[in-house]
Amino acid sequence: MRIVCPLCGERDSREFSYKGAALALAYPSEEAGFEAWDDYLHNRDNPAGPTRELWYHGSGCTSWLVVTRNTTTHEILSVELAEDAPESRQEASA
Amino acid sequence: MIELVAKPPCEGLLPVTIGTVTLSEPDMAPLTLIAPMKGKEVALAKAMQTAHKLEWPEAGATSGANGAALVWFGRAQALLVGVAASTKLNAHAAVADQSDAWARVVLEGEDAREVLARLTPLDMRDRAFPVGATARSEVFHMQASITRMGADSWQIIGFRSMAATLVHDLTRAMESMAARSQR
Repeated sequence: MRIVCPLCGERDSREFSYKGAALALAYPSEEAGFEAWDDYLHNRDNPAGPTRELWYHGSGCTSWLVVTRNTTTHEILSVELAEDAPESRQEASA
Repeated sequence: MIELVAKPPCEGLLPVTIGTVTLSEPDMAPLTLIAPMKGKEVALAKAMQTAHKLEWPEAGATSGANGAALVWFGRAQALLVGVAASTKLNAHAAVADQSDAWARVVLEGEDAREVLARLTPLDMRDRAFPVGATARSEVFHMQASITRMGADSWQIIGFRSMAATLVHDLTRAMESMAARSQR
């Protein structure tokens, strides 16, 4: 599997590590209640098909990336810097 | 007052020549990590140009002037090699002297590229990695900075604490490359 890092170009998957759903970028406000934080921390969908997930280019430029990957085919559909991803500008809604 | 002696990271280990390839350690030079503050990228590039006559490098690029080099060193950072950083940069960037934190070696010779190709997943072909290009990637299992200095010459920067491992991994690959070339 190869991932096209927006900064480094196409790289081997050994340079990257997987973190989890990109939803982690959209965290609740500090005032949000227990329910919202519980949902943010623990509840994830497990879709068969395209998912948005966080990857870390630890052996490369050390960017956090949001990778859109099809979980049934492992096809990588798109890659963007986490700071540019829409999740980074959203707040979790419980 | 105790006089501390600067000791190169690979002292006693290098230079080594195996087959057509030589691994050596250049004289120790100031190494400064420079990371622009958010929104100060343009101001920093300007200050860098004024202070050191160096272009701020795009991802994967380097620039050089008057014996100093600015090597792209990862997301939103570059390593200034060869001169002490001007204090004029401090207003626009986090500036950290890391001269003692890195081991810098040069791998050169006819088969240098083939040696490196055994250790890194990078595309080492001319069109993907021309002279002056740089990359952060792996050397065997270690994170490193790799820069192409010339047609057959590569600068590799790894963690100083792992200098002996870096030399070991590179010389092992040099040995196996040389063994193959003799056939």
